[in-house]
Amino acid sequence: MTRPDTTAGTDPLEAALAGFAPTMRPPALDGLPGALRYVVEDTAVGRLLLTARTDGPLLTCLYVPDDEAVDGALDRVARQVSPSVLRGGGVLDDVRRQLAEYLAGRRQRFDVRVDLALATPFQREVLGRLPDAVPYGRTASYGQLARELGRPAASRAVGGALNHNPLCVVVPCHRVVAADGALTGYAGGLDAKRLLLDLERADPERAGDAAPAVR
Amino acid sequence: MSLPPFQRLVDAHWRDVARLAHALAGSVDGDDVAQQAWAQALAAYPRLRDGQNLRGWLLTVTARCATDVYRARTRRPVPVPDVGEAAAGARAAPSAPAADALADLPDARLWDAVRALPERQRTAVALRYLADLDHAELARHLGTTPAATRRLVSDALTTLRARIGHPTSEEAS
Repeated sequence: MTRPDTTAGTDPLEAALAGFAPTMRPPALDGLPGALRYVVEDTAVGRLLLTARTDGPLLTCLYVPDDEAVDGALDRVARQVSPSVLRGGGVLDDVRRQLAEYLAGRRQRFDVRVDLALATPFQREVLGRLPDAVPYGRTASYGQLARELGRPAASRAVGGALNHNPLCVVVPCHRVVAADGALTGYAGGLDAKRLLLDLERADPERAGDAAPAVR
Repeated sequence: MSLPPFQRLVDAHWRDVARLAHALAGSVDGDDVAQQAWAQALAAYPRLRDGQNLRGWLLTVTARCATDVYRARTRRPVPVPDVGEAAAGARAAPSAPAADALADLPDARLWDAVRALPERQRTAVALRYLADLDHAELARHLGTTPAATRRLVSDALTTLRARIGHPTSEEAS
């Protein structure tokens, strides 16, 4: 006896088998070890994709305006870090809390471990030194930052590194502006950049007294 | 070759995995089997060589977990629901036409009968009708030929029909 390979057929027994509809629960994956974890967080500056390693270090804080952007960013994480990526999990609770505090003006430094695995070595060097080079409440031009980093001729490359910041907000690339002070492009849009700079200027007496710690 | 983020597999296929787990392991163990399957799949995922047919791979992992649980269960001296009860239930309404009998048959009884099939027939039936794998895929997963999987499925259906689909002439008389 033969039957087509791709249809279950209309035989009542076959239909009954194919129609099996038990009561099912989605799997509980919170406790599974070894995976990267992500959440999509809606904030005052936009939707952010937070991704962390199992043991805590933050891999992404990327602007993801729509689902397509989420998928694209997760594909990149899967390709460049690990495909074992799961949604949710308590490892991101702390950074979510710190982000909320920062955006409410109650926090000037992020006390989170970061992992710049998504950046090139040069980007890592620039982004790793950025929080100390341009502290809370201050801004710098690309040229100033390049000089600060000891690469006075590399302002264009420094700009490129900032454009590829996988840890927006947490690593404050929004503090870098054009030489005339104009806001230049920003992954989250110029409104987001303005909001962040206004937020940091709102408390001038405390501004700049504490550089975000990025280890 | 690059693998998609694992969560995308979960979102796309958790229902298929759960359905297969429930069918092969029963409602009591179904969720546990699905959970085990996800844990095993996640652990093996980064080392996976082939990103093709990830759904088939997940369902194969699930079927294997279900088989392990089933073997563990049947080794215990606790009676499992057996085909005799299912057949007795079917005999209660000997005049019902086969199609009606099947339509009224609770899932539990049908799948109890499936679970009483020999292991390879059981897995073949579940992967064929729940996972909708074709015989080429089935053969790959069971390590045999499409001709052999056709025979497995066909034998399984014959057995199921004899046991629950409709009363045999012997039982009806």
